[in-house]
Amino acid sequence: MTEPAAVTGPELSRGGPLDPAPRSTGARDRRRAVSDRLRGGDLGLLPVLAGLVVIWVVMQILNPIFLSSANLTNLALESVPVGIIALGVVCVLLVGQIDLSVGSISGLGAAVLAVLFVDRGLPAWLAVVVPLALAGLIGWFYAQVHNRIGVPSFVITLGGLLGFLGVQLWILGPKGSINLPFDSGLVAFAQLQFLPPWLAYALVVAGAAVLYATGAARAAERRRAGLTAPSRRLLAGRSLALLAGLGAAVWYLNRDRGVGWMFVFFLALVLALHYVLSRTSFGKSMYAVGGNMEAARRAGVNVKAVLTTAFVLCATLACVGGVLSASRLAAANQSSGGGDVNLNAIAAAVIGGTSLFGGRGTAFAALLGVLVIQSISSGLTLLNLDSAYRFMVTGGVLLLAVSLDAVARRSRVSHGRA
Amino acid sequence: MSADSLPSPPEGPEGSLLSLRGISKSFGAVAALTDVDLDVAAGQVVALVGDNGAGKSTLVKVLSGVHRPDAGTVGFGAGTVSVSSPATAQRLGIATVFQDLALCENLNVVENLFLGRELRGLRLDEVGMEVRSRALLGELSAKIPSVRVPVAALSGGQRQTVAIARTLLGDPKVIILDEPTAALGVAQTAEVLNLIERLRERGLGVIMVSHNMADVRAVADTVAVLRLGRNNGVFDAATTTASELVAAITGATDNVVSRRAGRDRATDDGTEPAHGTGAAHKGEAS
Repeated sequence: MTEPAAVTGPELSRGGPLDPAPRSTGARDRRRAVSDRLRGGDLGLLPVLAGLVVIWVVMQILNPIFLSSANLTNLALESVPVGIIALGVVCVLLVGQIDLSVGSISGLGAAVLAVLFVDRGLPAWLAVVVPLALAGLIGWFYAQVHNRIGVPSFVITLGGLLGFLGVQLWILGPKGSINLPFDSGLVAFAQLQFLPPWLAYALVVAGAAVLYATGAARAAERRRAGLTAPSRRLLAGRSLALLAGLGAAVWYLNRDRGVGWMFVFFLALVLALHYVLSRTSFGKSMYAVGGNMEAARRAGVNVKAVLTTAFVLCATLACVGGVLSASRLAAANQSSGGGDVNLNAIAAAVIGGTSLFGGRGTAFAALLGVLVIQSISSGLTLLNLDSAYRFMVTGGVLLLAVSLDAVARRSRVSHGRA
Repeated sequence: MSADSLPSPPEGPEGSLLSLRGISKSFGAVAALTDVDLDVAAGQVVALVGDNGAGKSTLVKVLSGVHRPDAGTVGFGAGTVSVSSPATAQRLGIATVFQDLALCENLNVVENLFLGRELRGLRLDEVGMEVRSRALLGELSAKIPSVRVPVAALSGGQRQTVAIARTLLGDPKVIILDEPTAALGVAQTAEVLNLIERLRERGLGVIMVSHNMADVRAVADTVAVLRLGRNNGVFDAATTTASELVAAITGATDNVVSRRAGRDRATDDGTEPAHGTGAAHKGEAS
């Protein structure tokens, strides 16, 4: 989680390609590289982490319940549906497009799930798979309209926002609301199932071990090839920090109900997307399409296929978010996916550091961005302030995040890091 | 080489790698190219010069597969080929670096070099790609601060180097550079010219489109002049003066360039400006 943005790569080796590369970079080199990058305006995830700390401190001062185990357990679970939608939004933003209809698609997914599962009595897995496939089809349709006719994605998905809201209302029919049975696996997954403490700790240890093992293997490979590599101590320090941080978080959450399975599922999706974006050629082509579409085309990247995949991923993840949201609420109704879901998901991606102009951002943006948004929402709810204030504060934070991005971009340009 | 090769073996003169014969191309009523010939041998730098609208860009696009010629043949290696698409050109080994370079500024040097041809797509071989990038840039004596900085952090000359290095990964035989020194500073221009010499040492045929007579005469072996879509002479770069080239480009020995050069020289020497061609010829320094 501490890894910097994939775009700039993990290390900045000084010296030309012909200079013999230093065999390893110690903590001091690493610190200098990081401070260089920060001064250059390459802020990565730092602003959102700082913002999160500030929000948590302020909210805790205003209401001492905020940082209680019970509230944080809830906060983690509540973040998941919008967080997963934001994960999809990161995908479309990365390729320089936008999807304004994620809220409507999530609502439609919830409605289809409820109708199939409750009214038609289909098995749960089928009632989940059908809306997911439907959402994938919607994403594919967006991409076709964009690729073949050339309509900007802003307009296509604005149409989708209205159109699929209509479909959602039509599917729900006159009664407008369908309750999911409490004893179903879906509701249990979203509300009641938590990791047993031993498993949560085991996962934390396994995560830290995997981080160290992969880091050490890569460093050894780089050293064999005569390239710069982080020192073993640095890697161990990173893993221990992760171990301590996540271990403390799990311990704290375990004082209440613990870590929800749904949150683990979200984390797994974030890590999977992170791997795809940073370690596969498909991920690189997504950054390339967002950075310079014409260059990507000439380099032999199948631009249309990349765009199609991004739209399909976004719509599908939006539907996953909708299904989980309905499961958590144990109901699908006319306001599922409505209200602020749409804009919260997009705001989460942007607050997390995803550029609206494409080619910049990471999977962790969705995770951290949604934690910021849900923290504001949860904190203000605890203060008994209604959604009027929540909207205003969230709007202010969004504006702040985008302004910070704009300032950082100017600094990047002046330091030649654009 | 590929399925596009046809059984027609006549090679160009003196073992040309690439030889164009009678290439014509028109867009509607406008004849952009008429009966153009061009030869490039391995290890030879051919400068393609001409005024605006002379057909340089059209010729480059014909060679890179963007346009198909209306008439004429493209001889490549032992046979004639039809360059029907950019992909075909790349498969044949004709690489083009367009003026806009087509680099992704948000990606680093390694990522740009290997974009679209990454090693091990599902688990990127980052070490392998970085090693090959450093080796390639080292062979080109490129001055790049680090292969892990985003391309946005590089100067114009460094970007040109990265763009050229990227085409070399495809192992081309002929490389076409479209205005490689336009918009570059003095030092960066020199870097790029060094790089072109290194391409020649590697045995590549280089076609360099340029407006800059000094650059052309600095690196080119031969200079092919296009004028109004036709050949207007092929000159030996070592023995031809800039004013002769300008004369071929503009189609007149008495032109605005030579008059200007004559006037400047006359003022420098403190002598009367001479009329016509005489003044422009003398003492042309490289």
